[in-house]
Amino acid sequence: MRILEYVLLIFLILCAIGATVSKRLLVTVIIFMAYSTVMAVIWLFLEAPDLAITEAAVGAGVTSILFFLTLKKVDSINKGTREK
Amino acid sequence: MDYKSDPNKIGKWERFFKWVNGEDSIDSVWEKEMRSKITGKRKKRRKTIEDTIERINSYSKKIYIILSVFITVVYIGILLYTVYELPEHGNPLNPANNEVSQRYIEHGVEETGALNIVSAMILDYRAFDTFGETVVLFTAVICVAILLRRTDEDKTDLEQDSFKSDRGDILKFAARLVFPIVVLYGIYVIINGHISPGGGFAGGTIIGAGLILYSAAFGDEKIKSILNYKSITVTTVSCLLIYFFSKGYSFFTGGNHIESVIPKGTPGNILSGGLILPLNICVGIVVACTMYGFYSYFTKGDI
Repeated sequence: MRILEYVLLIFLILCAIGATVSKRLLVTVIIFMAYSTVMAVIWLFLEAPDLAITEAAVGAGVTSILFFLTLKKVDSINKGTREK
Repeated sequence: MDYKSDPNKIGKWERFFKWVNGEDSIDSVWEKEMRSKITGKRKKRRKTIEDTIERINSYSKKIYIILSVFITVVYIGILLYTVYELPEHGNPLNPANNEVSQRYIEHGVEETGALNIVSAMILDYRAFDTFGETVVLFTAVICVAILLRRTDEDKTDLEQDSFKSDRGDILKFAARLVFPIVVLYGIYVIINGHISPGGGFAGGTIIGAGLILYSAAFGDEKIKSILNYKSITVTTVSCLLIYFFSKGYSFFTGGNHIESVIPKGTPGNILSGGLILPLNICVGIVVACTMYGFYSYFTKGDI
C-alpha cells in the first residue's frame, strides 16, 4: 500500500509537470483531468473520503467539461497551441 | 505640446492607458514612435535603427524568459521553505490538536446526532461558514450569467448549431445507461450525508454532472420543461433563504447556538441529525442547479 502511494505521488508530480509543459491546450486539460483523478485516490489514502468524492466530481468532472467548453468557444480545441 | 494634432505622437500616459486596455501592444507603439522619429533622417541610419529595434526585441524576449523562470523558482523556494517550517505531521503537541477538535470528536455524535463528523462540523458547528461558501458559489453563477448570458438578438444560428450537431449514438446509448445511476448515486450521497462520507456539495456536483451528461446527449428540449431560467432562480434563491433563516442567526448570536426544536433522532438513521439533512438537501439543490447553469451558459448562453 505504501509503494502504491509513492507511485501515485510520483505520477502526480509528472502530471503537474506535463500539464505545464505540453504544447496543445487540449492535452493540457486531459492531463489536468488525470491529475484530479489521481488526487482523488490519494485523498482516499489520506483517509479523507469526503474530499475524494468532491475531487472526483468537481476536479475530474465539471471543471474539465468547463475547460473543454471554453476551448470550443474560443475555437482552439484542434489547433490551440501555446506558440502562436 | 499638442498631442492630438499628430497621431503618431501620443503622451506617455495615453500610451500606457492604451496598453492597459489592450488596444496596442507596447512594442508596436514604441516601434511606431521610433519609426516616426527616423522619417526625417537619412536612409542609412534607418537600417541601423531597425536593427537596434530587432535586437532590443530579442533581448526583451530573453529577459521575459529569464525573469519568469527566476520568479517561479523563487516562489517554489518560498513554498518549500514554508512546508519545511511546518510542525511535524502527527505530533500530539501541534497547535491544531487543541480542545476544539477534541470536543468535536468526543461530543460530536451526541450533540449533533450525525455519525459523519465532517458533516456535523460544516452543517452544525460551522454552518454559518458553509452558508458563506454557498453564497460564494451563487455569486459565481450570477457573474457567469452576467458575462455569458445572451439575449435573443445576440443569438446567431451558427453558434446554436455548433453545439447541436455532434451527438452520436454511442453518447446517447451510454447516457441512457449511466444517467439514472449517476443521479441516484448523487441523491444517495446527499441523503446519507450525515451518516457516510459525502454531503450536499459532493452529491450536488454529481447530480449536476449527470444533468450535464443528459443535456449533452439529448439536448435541452426535455430538460427545459423542468429546469429553465425561472425555476432555477426560484429554487436556488429559496434554498439559500431556507438555509439563511435556519442558520443565519449565528450572525447575531455569535458562538451561542439556539436550541433546535427538531429532535436529534438515533444516530445512524436517515431521519436523524436535526437540521443537517434538510440543509444538505438545500446545498445539494443549489450546487446541482449551479453546475447545470454553468454548463448551459457556457454552451448556449442561456438556461
